Amino acid sequence: MKMELIQPFIGSLDAVLAEMMKEPAKIVDLTMEVEGYRRKGTAAVVTFRGQIEGRVILDMDPAAAAHVAGCLFGKEVDSSEPIVRETVCELANMVIGNAVTQLNDRGFQFKVLPPEVLTQEQCDKTGNDSEATVLCFETSNGRVYLNIAMKYLQRRTRERSAVPVA
Amino acid sequence: MKQFEALTRKQDSEPVRYLIVDDSVFARKSLAKMIESFGGQVIGEAGDGCTAITEFSRTKPDIVLMDITMPQMEGIEAVERIVQQHPDARIVMVSSVGYQDNILAALQKGARHFVQKPVKPDALYEIIRYVLNDDGVTATVGAAEEKSR
Repeated sequence: MKMELIQPFIGSLDAVLAEMMKEPAKIVDLTMEVEGYRRKGTAAVVTFRGQIEGRVILDMDPAAAAHVAGCLFGKEVDSSEPIVRETVCELANMVIGNAVTQLNDRGFQFKVLPPEVLTQEQCDKTGNDSEATVLCFETSNGRVYLNIAMKYLQRRTRERSAVPVA
Repeated sequence: MKQFEALTRKQDSEPVRYLIVDDSVFARKSLAKMIESFGGQVIGEAGDGCTAITEFSRTKPDIVLMDITMPQMEGIEAVERIVQQHPDARIVMVSSVGYQDNILAALQKGARHFVQKPVKPDALYEIIRYVLNDDGVTATVGAAEEKSR
């Protein structure tokens, strides 16, 4: 997967975690998904459609997700409370929304669908025509994973318009 | 959370009344907390565009904070419907997706402003103050505290 597609997600997750967790996050690992993705904690998936199609899974250690919810409520929140899943969904929405906005500014057009809680333990491997990358961020409250799978459907507008007419 | 100088209504010096529209409970809670720090009052909440239209007619808020991506009816369509029925409605779009196309579409349908998530309280406060002052709705900042003395 091209770095130009991944970079906005890294920047966006970094910015959202800094704002919502009030602390910096450090990227500690980047791997290519070989087999299906196994969920680590509380996770949400956001699908996007357009010139690039794909889905992104935001997967947080329960303690990290509970910490963000706790920042909002001003008290400790148990990781099993429903608001923790809501929190991960909204964080996913922010991360993906901000990243695809940056990609849109670079000429890719998308439609983002509302986030959904990922309940499956094991996700199917992405198709042969998709590539999936897993980024791991470390915070003082636990790890946060971002699994990005996407494929090009069309070249971006400016590339299409630059193709000379025969 | 930082406390802001209260924004109050010029007509009765009461707190500014807000309707929050977002399908995320977390986002609604987060915005409500900010509104509280602005000295405002949340008089209604909705999780989709259809409910937002009903809630607007029922509560007649001073300002609406409206998400874009929602199930059933998206925010931009809800803005259009609300503004058709209530041309003076003051709606600020609050979305994680900040495409220029989306922003333009929302403004063309009648939204007054746009703020991207994650929302920074200072930025939202300034936008709300700008929108309300533009319509002559708000009294001088801090009037609520003076009234309560």
